Amino acid sequence: MDTTYILLQNYWWFVISLLGALLVFLLFVQGGQSLLFSLGKNEIQQKMMLNSTGRKWEFTFTTLVTFGGAFFASFPLFYSTSFGGAYWVWIAILFCFVIQAVSYEYQSKKGNLLGKKTYQVFLMLNGIFGPVLLGTAVGTFFNGAEFTVNKMNLTDLGMPVISSWNNPLHGLEAVFVVWNVCLGLAVFFLARIQALLYFINNINDVEIGKRARKRLIPETALFLVFFLAFLIHTFVQDGFAINPETKEVFMQPYKYFTNLIEMPVLFVVLLVGVAGVLFGILKTIFAGSWKKGIWFSGVGTVLTVLVLFLCAGWNHTAYYPSVTDLQSSLTLENSSSSKFTLTVMSYVSILVPFVLWYIFYAWKALDLRKIDQKEMEEGAHTY
Amino acid sequence: MVENIDTSLIDWSRAQFALTAMYHWLFVPLTLGLGVIQAIMETIYYKTGDAFWKNAAKFWMKLFGINFAIGIATGLILEFEFGLNWSNYSWFVGDIFGAPLAIEGILAFFMEATFIAVMFFGWDKVSKRFHLASTWLTITGATLSALWILVANAWMQYPAGMHFNPDSVRNEMSDFWAVVLSPVALSKFFHTVLSSWIVGGVFVVGVSSWFLLKKREIRFALASIKIGAAFGLVATLLTAFTGDSSAYQVAQIQPMKLAAMEGLYEGGNGVGLVTVGVLNPAKQTYDDKVNPFLFNIQIPKLLSFFAERDLNAYVPGIINLIDGGFTESDGTVALSAEEKIARGKMAIKALADYKQAKKDKDELAAKEYRVTLESNFNYFGYGYVREKTDLIPPIGLTFYSFRIMVILGGYFILLFIVAMIMENKKKMEKATWLQWICLWSIPLAYIASQAGWIVAEVGRQPWAIQDILPVSASVSHLSTGSVQTTFFLFLGLFTILFVAEVGIMVKAIKKGPQFENLSN
Repeated sequence: MDTTYILLQNYWWFVISLLGALLVFLLFVQGGQSLLFSLGKNEIQQKMMLNSTGRKWEFTFTTLVTFGGAFFASFPLFYSTSFGGAYWVWIAILFCFVIQAVSYEYQSKKGNLLGKKTYQVFLMLNGIFGPVLLGTAVGTFFNGAEFTVNKMNLTDLGMPVISSWNNPLHGLEAVFVVWNVCLGLAVFFLARIQALLYFINNINDVEIGKRARKRLIPETALFLVFFLAFLIHTFVQDGFAINPETKEVFMQPYKYFTNLIEMPVLFVVLLVGVAGVLFGILKTIFAGSWKKGIWFSGVGTVLTVLVLFLCAGWNHTAYYPSVTDLQSSLTLENSSSSKFTLTVMSYVSILVPFVLWYIFYAWKALDLRKIDQKEMEEGAHTY
Repeated sequence: MVENIDTSLIDWSRAQFALTAMYHWLFVPLTLGLGVIQAIMETIYYKTGDAFWKNAAKFWMKLFGINFAIGIATGLILEFEFGLNWSNYSWFVGDIFGAPLAIEGILAFFMEATFIAVMFFGWDKVSKRFHLASTWLTITGATLSALWILVANAWMQYPAGMHFNPDSVRNEMSDFWAVVLSPVALSKFFHTVLSSWIVGGVFVVGVSSWFLLKKREIRFALASIKIGAAFGLVATLLTAFTGDSSAYQVAQIQPMKLAAMEGLYEGGNGVGLVTVGVLNPAKQTYDDKVNPFLFNIQIPKLLSFFAERDLNAYVPGIINLIDGGFTESDGTVALSAEEKIARGKMAIKALADYKQAKKDKDELAAKEYRVTLESNFNYFGYGYVREKTDLIPPIGLTFYSFRIMVILGGYFILLFIVAMIMENKKKMEKATWLQWICLWSIPLAYIASQAGWIVAEVGRQPWAIQDILPVSASVSHLSTGSVQTTFFLFLGLFTILFVAEVGIMVKAIKKGPQFENLSN
């Protein structure tokens, strides 16, 4: 096979992985929403929290949409198979995000029909189920899903659909796989940790800061339990490998751990990532006035999740395995767009650093002045 | 067991997509139109330093924000529905269709998401210049988003810049610029965005008229009408111009849609354009010889002129398109629907034979089947069509929607001209009758906008990709019950959110702009 094409497929898996990793970091918005009623003890504190995450929610939302769009453009067979098959789990995820999209803007506005509390509950539901369901869905990248793909169905005039889901629950069965849920809960608690660190950095309020630091301890403990359980299980389980000669998918013992050994750079990046997350958390807990934990933890999160995604797709690994029919599993090779499209998209991706630059610039400009009670009471545009 | 796609699944999948698209399209036009008007007002503030304009811009921004949020919510579902409900489509053309969506995310959504935060929260945090740039970049991002999604939509109506690859069993992009710069994409983009500006113009003029009726915020209302009406008039005239080129392209590439728009069953030379008409409900089938109209008024030869730029040109009707046999503009004789269906089936069978020959390593046979496939590929989608009458889109909906859109377009030109004249002559403040008309024109702008989409999308049925893939072969393999459930789920959710949005808008308008603090 054309080596440039293989390179492009791997490059695009890297882009998808990076978008996924950035999305997990940006789920701090959801984490913050899930803490709304427990961390914010009165209305003004809740307002500060809502305005803190509320000025960033569109980044999470946009990253989710771009993640979907980029997956569609680069690996359309995944888009086709997973969304059309695991229908209910994706519907549940989308539903969670739809109710978020209006809730920030509408919750404190007069005439909003449902009342402030309802929109805040919407935000909390998004905050809880968004990360859990996204994590659970990504868990199927390692544990498989129940589908078959037969491209020749296109020549069947009665039933030309090429992808079929083989479980009547259409994706909801993923929540009955304990290791998928483990990843979902790990993502959920990580989102809450990031939110706490973000509040400490972004809200100028002694009480919230103190409570957030205290809260970091149990959240971190729970995160570690679920994350380590998932990680250890993933590294010791059989993985979905591809025979580079025959392109057949087969089960290989310790496949994901082998991937790390065979790609030592990823191993190092994973260690750096985990260290970054833990450093950000621990220094925030132990150094009372330190507020930069979000950046260490955030970068660590991006690196860690990036490696997990890369391990799922690189090094002759089927990134979306079928447990119904191993040979229907999706690989970078059998599910990607054409060389021409990947090339065009790669030119577009050159603009990504420019996009990141202006996001950084605007983010910095807005966050120069931290959120405080005074701003909430000034009557400027607030949620 | 031989399995067939349930036709009710196709209909419910269409209904769900139509529901989401129509709800989404309630909010997008206002975003695109109002976004420019508020940016113009902020620019005046930047140039003059007059805080009146800052407060005016802030008022419209508040309404923009309320509308924007629900537009995002419905847009999210729309994007993912391509995979959720149209999974076969997503594979078959994802190589081409996915790229504009990804570019939309990378280049447009992030621009919107980044700068809208600065626009709303940055008034006292960033410089005036940076804030103004953010306001313009927000609407630029929204417009770029429209560009890419309309490129994708235009490609579905006019699949350019691609070829079918039998080895990967899908269509693949071969010319990116042919996709992006196709004449259909360009005119669709300008027509849609400019028509959205009309919605923005009517909205601003209408809301401002309400203030005049209530004898409140007079300076603000008159200033807004001045800008809104001028902006709206320019937009309406340009929309009419781009509408003409859109109609010309429809005639060239989607003649069945044009026939449906006109209720034209029997074509001919020098065909007239129906200005107004009432369709005959007694007409049951395309070839039953029943007069399609109870009543209609035509402008002689005008349809021929619009369709071919020639007063005497031939325009085929529905009967001609189904029966074939007429001479196309390129001199070839048109195939009948039955011939096209037969050639489509040949193409699909050739694909199956090609793949089998490849599997058997019979390269000679594979080459022959490939030639058969390629020579019939232009009719590939017809192979999935069961009845030739399935090729006729819903006539009534398309015909009436087209007339509503065009008539309202003409009405808006008149409305904006009158509003501008009255404003210039300082008579707007006293013209209660005109203020009422402007106020009640707001829903008309939305009706015109929705009607436009109905013409574009209903008129192209049964095709997901023109001639290449019908909707019946595009769906996901789901139970009808699942799609029905989500249809009603989204219907309920969107309706609740829509009612909430209108409620918030009304309250925000009643509160009015805040002019207490006139400091810069």
